[in-house]
Amino acid sequence: MSDKVSLPAPREAAPDGARGEPLLVAEGLTKHFPITGGFPVKRRIGAVQAVDGLDLTVRAGESFGLVGESGCGKSTTGRLLTRLLEPTAGRIVYRGRDITHAGRRELAPFRAEIQMIFQDPYASLNPRHTVGKIVSGPMEINGIDPPGGREARVRELLETVGLSPEHYNRFPHEFSGGQRQRIGVARALALEPKLIVADEPVSALDVSIQAQVVNLLRDVQRELGIAFVFIAHDLAVVRHFSQRVAVMYLGKIVEVGDRDDIYRRPRHPYTHALLSAVPEAADLMDTPAGGDGSARASRERIRLAGDVPSPIRPPSGCRFRTRCWKAREECATEEPPLLRAEGSGPGHLSACHFPEPPTVERTTEVILDPALRAAEGHTESQPPNHAQ
Amino acid sequence: MTATTPFLSVRDLYVRFATEDGTVKAVDGLSFELERGRTLGIVGESGSGKSVTNLAVLGLHDPRTTEIEGEILLDGQELTGAPESALEKVRGHKAAMIFQDSLTALSPYYTVGRQIAEPFRKHTGATRREARLRAVEMLKRVGIPNPALRVDDYPHQFSGGMRQRAMIAMALVCDPQLLIADEPTTALDVTVQAQILDLLKDLQQQTGSAIILITHDLGVVAHTVDELLVMYAGRAVERGTVREVLGAPRHPYTWGLLGSMPRLTSDVEEPLSPIPGAPPSLLAPPPGCPFHPRCASVAAVGGDRCRTERPELPAGRGAACHLTPERQRAIFAGQIKPRLR
Amino acid sequence: MLRFLVRRSLGAIVIILLISAITFFLFFALPSEPALMSCGKNCTPDALAVINKNLGLDQPVPVQYWHYMQGIFMGRDFTVGHCPAPCFGYSFSNQQPVWGTIVDRFPTTLSITLGGAAVFLVVGVGIGMIAAAFRGTWIDKFFSSLSLVGGALQIYFVGVIALAVLVSGLHWMDNPAYHPITEDPVKWFTGMLIPWLVLSIIFIANYSRMTRSQMVEQLGEDHVRTARAKGLGRRTVFFRYAWRGALAPIVTIFGIDLGSLFGGAIITEFTFSLHGLGRLAVSSVSETDLPTLMAVMLVGCTAIVVANIVVDAAYAVIDPRVRLA
Repeated sequence: MSDKVSLPAPREAAPDGARGEPLLVAEGLTKHFPITGGFPVKRRIGAVQAVDGLDLTVRAGESFGLVGESGCGKSTTGRLLTRLLEPTAGRIVYRGRDITHAGRRELAPFRAEIQMIFQDPYASLNPRHTVGKIVSGPMEINGIDPPGGREARVRELLETVGLSPEHYNRFPHEFSGGQRQRIGVARALALEPKLIVADEPVSALDVSIQAQVVNLLRDVQRELGIAFVFIAHDLAVVRHFSQRVAVMYLGKIVEVGDRDDIYRRPRHPYTHALLSAVPEAADLMDTPAGGDGSARASRERIRLAGDVPSPIRPPSGCRFRTRCWKAREECATEEPPLLRAEGSGPGHLSACHFPEPPTVERTTEVILDPALRAAEGHTESQPPNHAQ
Repeated sequence: MTATTPFLSVRDLYVRFATEDGTVKAVDGLSFELERGRTLGIVGESGSGKSVTNLAVLGLHDPRTTEIEGEILLDGQELTGAPESALEKVRGHKAAMIFQDSLTALSPYYTVGRQIAEPFRKHTGATRREARLRAVEMLKRVGIPNPALRVDDYPHQFSGGMRQRAMIAMALVCDPQLLIADEPTTALDVTVQAQILDLLKDLQQQTGSAIILITHDLGVVAHTVDELLVMYAGRAVERGTVREVLGAPRHPYTWGLLGSMPRLTSDVEEPLSPIPGAPPSLLAPPPGCPFHPRCASVAAVGGDRCRTERPELPAGRGAACHLTPERQRAIFAGQIKPRLR
Repeated sequence: MLRFLVRRSLGAIVIILLISAITFFLFFALPSEPALMSCGKNCTPDALAVINKNLGLDQPVPVQYWHYMQGIFMGRDFTVGHCPAPCFGYSFSNQQPVWGTIVDRFPTTLSITLGGAAVFLVVGVGIGMIAAAFRGTWIDKFFSSLSLVGGALQIYFVGVIALAVLVSGLHWMDNPAYHPITEDPVKWFTGMLIPWLVLSIIFIANYSRMTRSQMVEQLGEDHVRTARAKGLGRRTVFFRYAWRGALAPIVTIFGIDLGSLFGGAIITEFTFSLHGLGRLAVSSVSETDLPTLMAVMLVGCTAIVVANIVVDAAYAVIDPRVRLA
């Protein structure tokens, strides 16, 4: 248990210096789900490369965002970090201890410190237990008796998450989706964790309720100083919540950096494409009624072709190359390492052979989708050159 | 308001469901109009009645539990209370629908091509061969690579984005004049969503059809629709062009929706401004304005009006709110807009 | 599909071999002297030794098993003469080749089970569909209460009443009897009618109830709504879309029921005084006729395993998402 490992020096120096020690470090984290098949005897014939060689560091008290589209491995990453899944390769170091292959008993103290919040507020609460039992469950399992007793602590937690202490004896079905997610938050907070991994915590909720829960999580994160890994597909929500953000694509981190690095000075073409695809209601604000759509011109317009390739047979070299308008031969043969690109700030890493200039305030238009190109009258057979 | 009859006109639509707990007033007096070549966005949260409205337009509700009142005129044809045989001729032919989840909305038991060809054969009397060629053509139009091969695939062999394209192909196979898209991109990734929204717009420019786009996401409508209807608790609370509604929203609920959504440019130090509370039960909606229990402007209206008197939505641009249009503008400019930027 | 069939058949062979080995060792290894049962009342040690030698019982059990399996596939030579494949040995009780008895009895059981299954599947699914189409109306409620009653009945109860009323009371029909279908299809049909009806009354309840609930569920599915939104007629939507979806779980249950029908053949055959495999199994147990019992076991197991493969294949035909490889 005392095998202290030497931590890699944090490659990302915090510019503001306000951040804490590395809390959780993942190195080369990999999860492959085997696929069986074959004839006449079934055997392993391949693997879904859900997560493939991930390096990331979560510092104490920081909120770390993990964004990406479905199938990019962000949820698997969350489950690996909390050791709900056993990694295929790589290691996880929590507070200086290697917990990659720690057994149940060794993990027990860390289980209390690392909690999870799930997407579905309906499925993640036992319908037969009262709110009090659900929230006090972690304390019971870990044999923790807070001063004043468990019930008092639960009532206090319910208040913290914006529920009434009187809800103690109610059942989950008596609550709305947003309230249920609050119960989930209260349960996660019961053991005063140091790290919470929240997997799409608001995506099942209506817009107006979503904002309530985002605000709650932000308050909890800031006031209690809990480090968060916030996993979501909604780029705006992640931006609002996270100080640092990693963008994932097909099991790999393609870009990681401070919030503004990712959202204002992105270098990876995929990050550009993602940001340009977010539809924004605010684009129309301030424009005079009856205007000619000038709002759109201030943002890039990048339309990728097709969907994300299968993680069973990811493309060689750079995994994004099949949808990238800058792809060249090199991209197919050589996998770009996650590095600080020239012109990027400290701690801003991207994995691209041909990084984009660091701005999104351009009028780039890249249309790769064949149907859209035909419809919009593009006739050339090659995608238009990217305006530099 | 034009003198000629609009292409689609919905007047005083009421939809009620009988449930074990009582009658749900899913749509409670809704009116709107839509012209050919225009796109109407209907925005609201779950339970606002936005999907129910559009199922009612095509008569797709369950007649044993649903009661529909009002007038739905499509190109001069009355659809409320129309016999099933008449509605069958309209559905998929003159008016078609696209649904949210393409995995469950397409039958897993038949090939994509067969499902696309089916309405074409039914409505045009085409032969099996002709319908199949048409299906390949439609798949090509919506940007499916190798359409001649993919036409024989089953839906589960398509990716999510391609399935949604196939569903669009299926809806457009008879060149409908009205296309109702119910959360067409909600189940999709953001990069694929952008493709699909652009595709819908481009196809509309080619065909000149009218589109109703139903969504919970104000961002989705921003670049896609011409007119916008915001629904809350079965009622339309605000109406206008998309520029009017999103540029200078008037209803406190629309303000609340905008305040709830984080943006790529908003100030991250400021918390979001959510709407307090939860949407009302449609079994027993609150008296007066259905939004008043969650509304911050009740005091600004003064007195008991919001609690007792139901505000009406004026024709054309406007909001169903007891605040005068001047007060609406003043509050938005003075208190709401600074918070949104 | 072909790969699936080959793989499943290989698996089935392994299963049947395992079952044969286990039953063989149970039957022949456990009772001390199988030959004693064949020897009769006036048994002398010499006669016993002869029988042991004739039946090959003087050899170690694994060798006996090997000869037994050899006999099934290649035939086997006994001192009394050659027994052509498939040879399951000679009955202890009547000294006839077991296979001949099986061939004689198997069609009866097969007629009862498959015929009955066909009737209750068609009628049960049909009633379920009618109930689903008219759900909430008196038709639905009528069938629901009927199926409640049917589901509570047992074959020996319904069977005896049916015989008493239809045969003895009203004289509408003759006692159930088996006539080979190859000889006289009409007689075969009329002879089997009462068992089929009785089996149906009991199983229809289950199938109509299941079909109804599956249909109601399917009718609420998104893809059925899409089909309606395309302008397809109610009938097309009902049969082409909803019914197709309801079919898969019904087929699964049907596979299990087929198995239990074979297993329950004993009761059915006793109720209707028919001479099928079930009755043969009972008589061979009471007479400790091990070769016959063993053969009945193997044939029964094979039938159930084959039925399962057929059901799985049917499942793949119904639902293209089920990939068989």
